[in-house]
Amino acid sequence: MSVLLREVRPYGEDPTDVLLDGALIAAIGSGLDGDEVLDGGGCVLLPGLVDLHTHLREPGREDAETVASGSAAAALGGYTAVFAMPNTDPAADTAGVVEQIWRLGRECGLVDVVPIGAVTVGRAGAHLAELGAMADSAARVRVFSDDGSCVADPALMRRALEYVRAFDGVIAQHAEEPRLTEGAQLNEGVVSARLGLAGWPAAAEEAIIARDALLAGHVGSRLHVCHVSTAGSVEIIRWAKSKGWQVTAEVTPHHLALTDDLAESYDPVFKVNPPLRTAADVEALRDALADGTIDCVATDHAPHAAEDKESEWGAALPGMLGLQTALSVVVETMVLPGRLDWRGVASRLSETPARIGSLAAQGRPIAVGEPANLVLVDPAARWTVEPAVLASKSRNTPFAGRTLPGRVRATFLRGRATTRDGAVLTGASA
Amino acid sequence: MSRHLLSAGDLDRAAAVEILDTAERLDRALAGREVKKLPPLRGRTVVNLFYEDSTRTRTSFELAAKRLSADVVNFSAKGSSVSKGESLKDTALTLQAMGADAVVVRHSYSGAAHRLTRWVHGSVINAGDGTHEHPTQALLDAFTMRRRLRGGEGDLVGLRVAIVGDVLHSRVARSNVLLLSTLGATVTLVAPPTLLPVGVEAWPAATSFDLDGVLAGSDVVMMLRVQRERMSASYFPSAREYARRYGLDARRMAMLDGDAIVMHPGPMNRGMEIAAEVADDPKRSTIVEQVTNGVSVRMAVLYLLLGGMDA
Repeated sequence: MSVLLREVRPYGEDPTDVLLDGALIAAIGSGLDGDEVLDGGGCVLLPGLVDLHTHLREPGREDAETVASGSAAAALGGYTAVFAMPNTDPAADTAGVVEQIWRLGRECGLVDVVPIGAVTVGRAGAHLAELGAMADSAARVRVFSDDGSCVADPALMRRALEYVRAFDGVIAQHAEEPRLTEGAQLNEGVVSARLGLAGWPAAAEEAIIARDALLAGHVGSRLHVCHVSTAGSVEIIRWAKSKGWQVTAEVTPHHLALTDDLAESYDPVFKVNPPLRTAADVEALRDALADGTIDCVATDHAPHAAEDKESEWGAALPGMLGLQTALSVVVETMVLPGRLDWRGVASRLSETPARIGSLAAQGRPIAVGEPANLVLVDPAARWTVEPAVLASKSRNTPFAGRTLPGRVRATFLRGRATTRDGAVLTGASA
Repeated sequence: MSRHLLSAGDLDRAAAVEILDTAERLDRALAGREVKKLPPLRGRTVVNLFYEDSTRTRTSFELAAKRLSADVVNFSAKGSSVSKGESLKDTALTLQAMGADAVVVRHSYSGAAHRLTRWVHGSVINAGDGTHEHPTQALLDAFTMRRRLRGGEGDLVGLRVAIVGDVLHSRVARSNVLLLSTLGATVTLVAPPTLLPVGVEAWPAATSFDLDGVLAGSDVVMMLRVQRERMSASYFPSAREYARRYGLDARRMAMLDGDAIVMHPGPMNRGMEIAAEVADDPKRSTIVEQVTNGVSVRMAVLYLLLGGMDA
């Protein structure tokens, strides 16, 4: 069964027809025909998006999200692969747990669910987890992180960076010096001072990034920096890259779009870790994503049950939904202002994260013979974010009520449509 | 006046002066009465929702409401469902269902009073939220300054106020900076650099690390409580060093101008931020007066928020 995407614009460039046959792109050109025809109407065709930073909450908090509900949200957001963070209960720190998550993803079949393994046992920051066993498991783990917690011990971080070189792994660091952020609630600055919320200083992020960049350079390992949020972090990463060290970094859509003054409502939907920062930080992050200092966009999709958000700011859990709004936020903050073209979007949301995460069949070029992992985007369509209709089991989007540009028309995983016009397609082929 | 009192920043100069004037009026209306009660809030229910122990603030609000003939319910964290882990939202919905006209809330989390307004229909009065604000404390402080130094009327234009101590963790300081600057006073915050928040430069106040340098030019010196626990987090090395550099003792009191007053929101750490002879000084100390004025100011706030009849 073949599918013809008629009049689509790969990377936003000239319109053409793209024929998918089986799991591959079979032909690109004009005058093609297929068993089923989807009229692209000039929509933009991109490689399927890849998220290096997703929280699927399974096992442990299935009331907030499951592999199935998170996969649906991902597919609707244009993703064909997501990396699942290991801060589950139990933590994904053994081959058994990562294989369980990987298998749940396969059974669901909407996106490739790639588990990230914990760096330390129980993410407690004391002893290395069996990283090799997770790498050798069916889940083939290559990215390791204690996300939610920082690998704060410098000696342990050094060993982790060194150890994963044996299987081309990468440590994705949640950069947060814990002693500088005890009780921290909000970016430390004018807004936190006024609101009486304990400050989360930029230096707590930047100090760890600087330290880890030095360590990665020293031992020749790969370091990936999660959710970069400050202008100072950008400068440090730029410096580390200028040294030729293997340092990559991600930024979240919310740090590209939102600032700390949103906390004035004390609505914990705006509570996130690292916290929302200032307008100057947002500006620096957009520049860095445009010039490649920051390599990719990752959602840090963090579903939370209502009772963990409908509370006092200080009692609420940090985190925001992201999978279904990420592409639109990037269109709004980067594409429409002319800071990133669609080739750039493909690079930052698909090709580069796939490369960092060592996913060979994702983030591939739109070319004959390549895997048909694709997303079709209507760049002109605008839509209003309604929390109640998102596919996630949780509702904690900071973009509720906002009208955003760019709508996913269809997502294809290995040639099969997983979503069409906002509906998830399960089982049947396109 | 709007429906809630969450921040001293909610008040413009006219609204603040109206509260202070109303407090004076209510005070005069009660003076000399054998039965200290006025009728305007008869049939109204005021709930004191206290998640932190604060006998003085709760008692002050309770007296204020009772003197206006409101029914008062004390809902404290101890001995209620709150200690069983009920959420603020569920507690709020319960109070709402019981028909509270006003909720006076004290909470250890900044912003708790703001959150409460989402779940109750009645007025919410912030009686102290975490390290954020305590607006009725600022109002009673302004009331006390106005009585002592401005003849009990008008605003505070030209008044020079030093606020000394743990500004970083102080809701009293935040509310006072906002209210006093609205009323035209000039505020200087005095503290070791560790106890001033990053971002304080955006406040309508000057800052100084040198108490001796500020005292001579101050009409009001407000001492803030400094918790001894701050030592263990290295905000300062020892209680003795803190007292020496930032405590108000007799030597420093002697540096004050003729009519200058010394204030403290209580509870005091005698010997730490304030020496006993300063706290008890009959001429300068207004500490006991502040407590009395607190009841009048809270009566005014309840009266204006709940729109009682003319007193």
